[in-house]
Amino acid sequence: MREALYALYSDPESAQRAVDALRSASIEERAIAVVSSEPFEGYEFGRREHRTAMPWLAALGGMIGGAAGYALSVLTQKAYPLPTGGMPISTMWTNGIVTYEMMMLGAILTTLAVLLVSARLPAWKARVYDPAVSNGQILVGVVNPPEASRIAIQEALRGSGAVETKELVLG
Amino acid sequence: MTEKTGNQIADDLLRPLFRTSLRFYLVVALLGLSVVAAFSAFGYQAYSGIGVAGIRRPVFWGFYITNFVFWIGISHAGTLISAILRLANATWRRPVTRCAEVITVFALSIGAMFPVIHLGRPWLAFWLIPYPSERLIWPNFRSPLVWDFFAINTYLIGSVAFLTLPIIPDWALVRDKASGWRKRVYGILSLGWRGTPKQWSRLETAMHIMAIAIIPVAVSVHTIVSWDFAMAPVPMWHSTIFGPYFVAGAIFSGIAGLILAMALLRKFLHLEEYLKPLHFDNLGKLLLMMSLLWFYFVFAERLTTWYGNEPSEMAVFWSTQRGAFAPLFWTMVFCNFLLPVPILAIKRLRTITGTVVASLGVVVGMWLERYLIIVPSLARKYLPSGWGNYSPTWVEITITLGTFGGMALLYVLFSKAVPIISIWELKVGKQKVLDGRR
Repeated sequence: MREALYALYSDPESAQRAVDALRSASIEERAIAVVSSEPFEGYEFGRREHRTAMPWLAALGGMIGGAAGYALSVLTQKAYPLPTGGMPISTMWTNGIVTYEMMMLGAILTTLAVLLVSARLPAWKARVYDPAVSNGQILVGVVNPPEASRIAIQEALRGSGAVETKELVLG
Repeated sequence: MTEKTGNQIADDLLRPLFRTSLRFYLVVALLGLSVVAAFSAFGYQAYSGIGVAGIRRPVFWGFYITNFVFWIGISHAGTLISAILRLANATWRRPVTRCAEVITVFALSIGAMFPVIHLGRPWLAFWLIPYPSERLIWPNFRSPLVWDFFAINTYLIGSVAFLTLPIIPDWALVRDKASGWRKRVYGILSLGWRGTPKQWSRLETAMHIMAIAIIPVAVSVHTIVSWDFAMAPVPMWHSTIFGPYFVAGAIFSGIAGLILAMALLRKFLHLEEYLKPLHFDNLGKLLLMMSLLWFYFVFAERLTTWYGNEPSEMAVFWSTQRGAFAPLFWTMVFCNFLLPVPILAIKRLRTITGTVVASLGVVVGMWLERYLIIVPSLARKYLPSGWGNYSPTWVEITITLGTFGGMALLYVLFSKAVPIISIWELKVGKQKVLDGRR
């Protein structure tokens, strides 16, 4: 059974102290959970797992989209030639427009897909969360706390200025 | 005045979602009537034939294409204002971006309907889809009309994503504060969003990429729409200036539409503490700049035409300057330049009321501009024996008015389901101010 031990903090400084205290209590980085109703990029806890390949993947998606647009316009025009009096059957001036639009579409859709996958959305499984987060509280906690460390975790959370500490069974 | 806390901001901006007044129902009923009228008129047209509209030889493009170009133009405000201001990190943008992005999605959707409304046999619109058939035809990728399909769909998909992604955290907020069926619905819409640092980081990176991508798409969309005209050898259409001219006009009309939307939201949703005179002042300055730019493009185009003195072009030129279309032309110049420039240039006049008056003028003026680009050129094309006139019928007028009602209706319904100002982005702005003070 999964469970979580967490506390709620009213300001980001306290939340940062809590995260630092948990690290000092030898809690694994990936077991530390932080949840907030807004991003806190000015604080170290808000920059966790910041690195992403999303821009590169978006560029790759753009290239694939562009290639698809090129193939759609060039190959199908040659398969179904439409003489229109003077203009070449397939010309880069006009195919370039379709290629460009499909390239941008590919980049946009790839960005969307990477966001959903990397942010693990939609997320229907129970995870550590408290509705008080929507009131501006910042949740800091530990998922599946080791039994031997429970007291140390609770001391770390309370010692950092927690408004409240809670236990949550995640199923 | 004490600054509002995050909870107070959330309470203010969620109030329209949880409380509904009688006025809301009356407004929805009234706007809904105009939409029903428009659909009925379209149904009558589909049943009776395109002949019930006013388009005849030689003016085969009239109100419908005017509306198509107009609404695509209005859509430019949202994405450009939101995306450009995001990239420039203009902090005053935070209350404005979602209002703007909503305009883009709805205006695009409405604009994209008109090529189908304009079809003589709209039930055969599926022939545009490229699939092998016994007709042995295929979309002509060398046609600007096909480029429209790709451009508008790319822009629409991008705009929907650009609008929807930053709404997810606000839907999570509504989920937590709501009860009953609202809690279930917003729970689904929020996709299980929690707000971990990873989720915030990915969301902000995605928004940044989308902002960078959507700007060239927005520019390309209206350039391609302009090429529906510029690629045709029609007097006063076949001009290289049309691309940037249309893009500038689109931004111009879009900003005006945004100011009007913001003014109405401010009044009816009591958002005086969020949509402040500063926002109208800044957008008013942008509108002034676009008015001057619009005038520059119109002058450059007209001077070039007049100087060339090419007979077929001069026939169109004089019909707008002095002939049958002159009243509309000079009304357009008044609405787009003579009215807004003094109001927006004089600081004392650049109030909320002033910018709204100027914007109303611009919306009317820009609709007229689209009409005057399309109809006079077709009515006075080359051989005088082929000249004709255009007169819209009640069908076209009803559908046109219905689109304005439809836009307003969609906006009202949206503001009932989604906080019209991004709550989490306002909180971020507040946090940055606090961090700056430490």
